[in-house]
Amino acid sequence: MPGKVHIPERENFCDMSRSSRKLQYSLAINEALRQMMEADDSVFLIGQGVKSPWYVGKTADGLLEKFGENRVIDTPVSENAMTGAAVGAAIAGMRSIVVHPRLDFMFYAFDPIINEAANWHYMFGGKSQVPVVVWGIVNRGGEQAAQHSQAIHAVFAHIPGLKVVMPSTPYDAKGLMISAIKDDNPVIYIDDRWLYDIEGNVPEGIYEVPIGKGRIRRNGSDITLVSISYMVEECLKAADELSKEGIRAEIVDLRTAKPLDKEIILNSVSKTGRMIVVDGGWSFCGLAAEILAMVSESGFDSLKTPVVRLTVPECPAPSSRMLEAKYFEMSGHIFNAVKDMVSRSR
Amino acid sequence: MKKEMKCSCSVLKKLYITMLRIRLCEESFVEPILNREIRCPVHLYSGEEAIAAGVCGALGKRDYIFGSHRSHGHYLAKGGCMRELVAEIYGKETGCSGGRGGSMHLISVDKGVMGTTPIVAGTIALALGASLASSIRKDNRVTVSFFGDGATGEGVLYECLNFASLKKLPIIFVCENNLYSTHMPIEEIRATKEIYKIGRPFGMKSFRVDGNDVVKVYEKAESVVRAARRGEGPVFIEALTYRFRGHVGPDDNVQGTHSDIRPKAEIEKWLKKDPVKKFEAFLKKHNVLKTSDMDIIKGKIEEEVKEAHDLARKSPYPGEGELLRYVTK
Ligand SMILES: Cc1ncc(C[n+]2csc(CCOP(=O)(O)OP(=O)(O)O)c2C)c(N)n1
Ligand SMILES: [Mg+2]
Repeated sequence: MPGKVHIPERENFCDMSRSSRKLQYSLAINEALRQMMEADDSVFLIGQGVKSPWYVGKTADGLLEKFGENRVIDTPVSENAMTGAAVGAAIAGMRSIVVHPRLDFMFYAFDPIINEAANWHYMFGGKSQVPVVVWGIVNRGGEQAAQHSQAIHAVFAHIPGLKVVMPSTPYDAKGLMISAIKDDNPVIYIDDRWLYDIEGNVPEGIYEVPIGKGRIRRNGSDITLVSISYMVEECLKAADELSKEGIRAEIVDLRTAKPLDKEIILNSVSKTGRMIVVDGGWSFCGLAAEILAMVSESGFDSLKTPVVRLTVPECPAPSSRMLEAKYFEMSGHIFNAVKDMVSRSR
Repeated sequence: MKKEMKCSCSVLKKLYITMLRIRLCEESFVEPILNREIRCPVHLYSGEEAIAAGVCGALGKRDYIFGSHRSHGHYLAKGGCMRELVAEIYGKETGCSGGRGGSMHLISVDKGVMGTTPIVAGTIALALGASLASSIRKDNRVTVSFFGDGATGEGVLYECLNFASLKKLPIIFVCENNLYSTHMPIEEIRATKEIYKIGRPFGMKSFRVDGNDVVKVYEKAESVVRAARRGEGPVFIEALTYRFRGHVGPDDNVQGTHSDIRPKAEIEKWLKKDPVKKFEAFLKKHNVLKTSDMDIIKGKIEEEVKEAHDLARKSPYPGEGELLRYVTK
């Protein structure tokens, strides 16, 4: 579980209300769902566990009571059909949200997501659209092992036609859910149970966080840490420690994996000349690999030193506790990698 | 009565020992889970022992089984080593999966336990494939696929039923219907209650048995396994049962949420149908075992279980340098 970290409140985007109301990440999602369902009758939620906090935490609290079984639908264990149904309902004019309490369970749903939803608008020459939110929860750790621990945002980001958002703060969790629901394309919304209890400022009304825009979570001049979702927390932890050593790390929270906010990365790298990408997925062909490639294509001249990526190890998640701790250990690696990079390229 | 006596005394004794080994082993995990010595998700099989014991009792050593997240019972009944099961759940190197998998990933290739995994319905097609291998090789093996009522929601099950029937594969589909799929009672996830009938549209022989009656389970399994071995094709069995514990852990409230929504009265009704107690009464009534015999058996198993925990506790965790081992062969 994440420690309570200090989150410098530096909004780059549209926190117009400057709200000082605090809300937990999971309740921010809950609020987005409730407000969007209130605002738009075509929005509905379907998926396994919407009745059960065991599956979805507090994200669906009160929704069933408020909107009824017609629009808040807990389902049989039928990921392929339920996701296909969400896609089909979207094609027929609804704004569907289909939730998967673990990304791993979503593998059965790849066909409607990738073959159908992602390609739909293109293969019919723009005649039809698929405003579906496919919401997958990363729920790893706890010695659950290989089939309950996979973070596969990069797989979705690989597919043309899909957008992939991964909020790390309560503010973004709400705003990105709203944007995802309003978007006319299939959006993969990935959150992480390790973030569910984090508190932050969340405006009370409906607001959007633009898809495709990152955010600077911490200013610094020595190195750029690019990250997303829960791994931003690990970067913040490491940055706190690094500041004690006089190293100022700038943290770019991508918020969206695809489309990638190239500008925010390149701007930061042009300032710091150093970059480490930190990602909770695997390294090979992963999100970090894409960012490294982009920077070497478009930001090479800014770099003082070769870029580095830190990801989970190239293996399935083990159950055994020491191996598992090692598998998910990150902030220490960030600290060491940054120190090493900065000292080598002073 | 006549029917009941089809089983020989030695078979009945074996079934009893299998069931009791499962029950005592399962219940032995409660305390170490509560004191956090065991931390991986553990789906206890208490209350459902008659199914694993009865079905696996009808299989030979060379036959195959595949299972799910709730497969300690299948593993033990098919001959998997208890010490390795317990060590696996503690995450130790000496576990059946080297501590890499935990409770939800059990294997004992030598005993025909080909793998149990927690993706619902995930191993049904693999079991189909094992039976296909047997049919290609003509090796006379039978494969059993164990899954829950929840798995009847997954389309892959129906694809497998069709293909198994089409090719007359030597496979038995065993659906353990404990009336719940995590927080969902069966009425909320199925339009019809009679799961066993799902085999019929595929031309498959399909049965429902009392999953808390080990003799009935064994007799049915014995006859269908024999038929499958003769090349008569696949069979679907629905075994009605009930879990005595939470979906995961001793009760669902352990994780801080109250997701065990099962009515108290229902739980109590099923506790009265405890398959172990029921079978003990049967054994006494038919003079197969006396209470004193049972006490001796119980004592031995308790010892075995205790030793398994002692050994697991003493065993090493996999070394940190071993993280990347086994990714590929
Ligand atoms: C593909 C997939 N979807 C969802 C889950 C979450 N899940 C774990 S166990 C379970 C229900 C299983 O119910 P059932 O098959 O009846 O087995 P039981 O637990 O009752 O033995 C579910 C839905 C999963 N493991 N895999
Ligand atoms: Mg069940």
